[in-house]
Amino acid sequence: MKRFEPYVFLRKLASRWDVLAFIVVIGLIAFLGETARGLFAPLTQLKVSPLSLDPVNLPEYAARTTFRMLAALFFSLVFTLTYATWAAKSERAGRLLVPILDILQSVPILGFISITSVFFLSLAPGRVLGAEFAAIFAIFTSQAWNMAFSFYQSLRTVPTELTEAAESFRLSSWMKFWQLEVPFAMPALVWNMMLSMSGGWFFVVASESISVGHSAVALPGVGSYIALAIEQKNLGAIGWAIATMLIVILLYDQLLFRPLVAWVDRFRVEQEPGERVPDSWALTMMRRSRLITAATMAFHAAVLWTSRAGTRTDPHPVDTIDKPKRSFDLFWVCLVILAVVLGLWHIVAVLISNTTLNEALHVCGLAFITMLRVFILIALASIVWVPIGIWVGMRPRAAQIVQPIAQFMAAFPANLLFPIAVYGIVEWKLNPDIYLSPLMILGTQWYILFNIIAGASTIPTEMRYAAANFGVKGWLWWRKVALPAVLPFYVTGAITASGGSWNAAQVAELATWGHTEVRARGLGSYIADAAAADNFHQIVLGVGVMSLFVVIINRLFWRPLYYYAERKYRLT
Amino acid sequence: MNDSPLFQCTEVRKAFPKPDGEDLLVLDGMNLELREGQIVGLLGRSGSGKSTLLRLIAGLAEPSSGHLTYLGQPVAGPARGIAMVFQSFALFPWLTVFENVALGLEAQHLPRPEIRKRSLAAIDLIGLDGFESAYPRELSGGMRQRVGFARALVVHPNILLMDEPFSALDVLTAETLRTDFLDLWAEGRMPIKGVILVTHNIEEAVLMCDRILVFGSNPGRILSEIKVTLPQPRNRLDPSFRELVERIYVEMTARPKGAAAGGRQERFPGLGIGSVLPHVGSNLLSGLLEAVAAAPFNGKADLPEIASDLQMEIDELFPVAETLQLLRFAELEGGDLKLTEDGLAFAHADIDGRKRIFSRHLLTYVPLAAHIRRVLDERASHSARKSRFIDELEDFMNEEAAEQTLRAVVRWARYAEAFAYDDENAMFSLENPT
Repeated sequence: MKRFEPYVFLRKLASRWDVLAFIVVIGLIAFLGETARGLFAPLTQLKVSPLSLDPVNLPEYAARTTFRMLAALFFSLVFTLTYATWAAKSERAGRLLVPILDILQSVPILGFISITSVFFLSLAPGRVLGAEFAAIFAIFTSQAWNMAFSFYQSLRTVPTELTEAAESFRLSSWMKFWQLEVPFAMPALVWNMMLSMSGGWFFVVASESISVGHSAVALPGVGSYIALAIEQKNLGAIGWAIATMLIVILLYDQLLFRPLVAWVDRFRVEQEPGERVPDSWALTMMRRSRLITAATMAFHAAVLWTSRAGTRTDPHPVDTIDKPKRSFDLFWVCLVILAVVLGLWHIVAVLISNTTLNEALHVCGLAFITMLRVFILIALASIVWVPIGIWVGMRPRAAQIVQPIAQFMAAFPANLLFPIAVYGIVEWKLNPDIYLSPLMILGTQWYILFNIIAGASTIPTEMRYAAANFGVKGWLWWRKVALPAVLPFYVTGAITASGGSWNAAQVAELATWGHTEVRARGLGSYIADAAAADNFHQIVLGVGVMSLFVVIINRLFWRPLYYYAERKYRLT
Repeated sequence: MNDSPLFQCTEVRKAFPKPDGEDLLVLDGMNLELREGQIVGLLGRSGSGKSTLLRLIAGLAEPSSGHLTYLGQPVAGPARGIAMVFQSFALFPWLTVFENVALGLEAQHLPRPEIRKRSLAAIDLIGLDGFESAYPRELSGGMRQRVGFARALVVHPNILLMDEPFSALDVLTAETLRTDFLDLWAEGRMPIKGVILVTHNIEEAVLMCDRILVFGSNPGRILSEIKVTLPQPRNRLDPSFRELVERIYVEMTARPKGAAAGGRQERFPGLGIGSVLPHVGSNLLSGLLEAVAAAPFNGKADLPEIASDLQMEIDELFPVAETLQLLRFAELEGGDLKLTEDGLAFAHADIDGRKRIFSRHLLTYVPLAAHIRRVLDERASHSARKSRFIDELEDFMNEEAAEQTLRAVVRWARYAEAFAYDDENAMFSLENPT
């Protein structure tokens, strides 16, 4: 089983490029927010599309939700192939582009949806189209970054001899890209696409039904169906929506990702036969179908045709491609300075001029509360899932059953389950500060579980025999054998879970049931409140502070822990 | 036969920038000529720059100074007419055998039927018939390298470059491939006019080449050129073949002329702290000492003989032998390895005795070890950070070599119990772990 490996290229704790990247990203958000504010006016006329809770409509809604996912995936791919390629090919650009990507990965974009929606609504003439774009953009932001990261990483690690072979047979750069670099990056990219999709479902549900100003935009889809069900306090309808989503994700998995995973197996560079070749009935079907074969042939022909048609660039010696040119260097430095200055300008214009010190401190305090929640929840989830994961992982038969379920649960948008919990909290008048918290980790705890299972299944049999042979049992066994062996995997899972929980906080800390509001104190509910009130500078402040917290926690806690675990406990 | 050379290198130099801004010279004063009908061997140990030279010839890298000409034209980038076979095969795992072979022709934008015809012909020539639709991962190493050859030959190159093409294969497979290649070459069935072969295997060079250029290290340079006039097919057991192999061994173990005056980072006798140390473990050292001390060598061994006795290639044997010389346990000259008095004493001592002898030699003859020990002795805390020594080493070598050198010293010092190193805190100390 493959693992998602964060931070491969960012070993340093922080560099000035990170600071610059942070300024650029937050500045961009501030700019969008500012622009969006000016565009509020035309929106008051927005009509609310009529939705119906009749389950008959669910197949159509599900299809439209799925379409949004696919569209976002397409844009994420386009972004990946361009942005990551640029970052990898130009050392100059990479120095800023890579930290930007890392910051973007940490920005909890969910609270920002209402602002981007206004922006997109104003761009598109037909309003539904604008709302569609907004939703697709929201999903895009949950998928693109780690895909781009993985592609960048692959581009930087193409084996030297393969590159040299391509160069010495005089492949043009276009041909080299499609014949060598893209295929080489494929396995990691598909794996990251799967991870991205898991995050995407969460966003699609959250982004379909947005309130902008005093009107609500509801795109037909499972997400807005559930929002309507909450408004009308219809538990039955929520059940229907959950069932629909289960089926959709199952189909997606079987029809899209299983075949993809089985197909990319051939792009692995390790040439020894793999442990177990992944199989997929859908892929077998597609391979035998003439239509699909014709389609792939057409793609292949297109690659060859474009490389023929394109003007042939004379091949350069490999090590001279990226020689710094002084004049261009200067231009690049100016560009970076300009971006940073504009970023600072917008941050000042939006945040500083509208924010009192008291409010900033208040928001930081809220962020601490949310941080505390995230850490406590990760700890609780670890106590539960680490022993279970190790137990399962050491039993191949059990792992075969549990592993797909855990991955499936991670993909299932946990926000669909929120109403049920909120219903319970309202009914029994429970303390929301405590009982809303578990929702944050409902969807993300599974990353811990399936990483632990993967880790435990890599413990070599001989090591287990050795432990048994020397009578290592009980607590000693956990301390000296099992826990160290899974630590690198655990850290990977916990990083993903922690990032996801921060994002989920913005939906989980403020929940509604009909007209009843349930609120937990924290940064998540602050952002949610600001979004509901259309207070754009509060949104930017909230999102900015949250990003800052996430970035700092990553740099000071997770990243060192990751390297420590990799260095000390990685079984090779 | 044509009079003008196929390929020519004149006074080629290659340097890589080091972190401190200075250049690390890897190739110096390279002169080479390839004429039609010749196989030229570049023979040397890893790190002697022979692969770097091959990449310069292939147009995959640019020289820092000097000229490279192919058919009289200066080389700028990969030239049509020069094809390369790689050590690790470098096949594209997602392409079938046929697609791999056809790739070079696709890059030339030839018409489809011609690509097909020529690819199948190359596959046929190299003995891959029936494997056209197989993926590389389904093939054995030997078959994969055949694909590598077919892919190179299909573009009808004038010059074939081979970068240790047989070193990733087992002995039998390598021999079969060599023989097949020499047969095709002798029969003139390949389109190529000249071959440059990079190898670290002396017998392979003598078996295949018409001319052998022996490379020395630090910086990479040509030590000598040896003409091989033995008729093909050559026999490894032929006395004149053995004689030539022996001669090259002597050539390769000769002390570099003017080493002391050179002032660069030579590995051998009388060096300062800034010499790169080979990564050779204490077990290998004692193993070779024991083997040479025992019958039939009794303290003095002929290098080709002991190499075949221990089934080691020169690339494995030389660093061990040189480390023994560095530690004054043996002397290396004229293709022989002769143990010193202490070397013999070490071979016959028990574990504690060995550690004592080793420790004494380490602290006397390896200046870096002595330096670390002195620093630790002088400090009240008896401990020092690794980064301190790395910084010192980086004045002389690049980052990677500094890491490797320090690792080598740590390994020897641990065996000698000269000082301790804690990897987790990256600290040297005099204490042993509690």
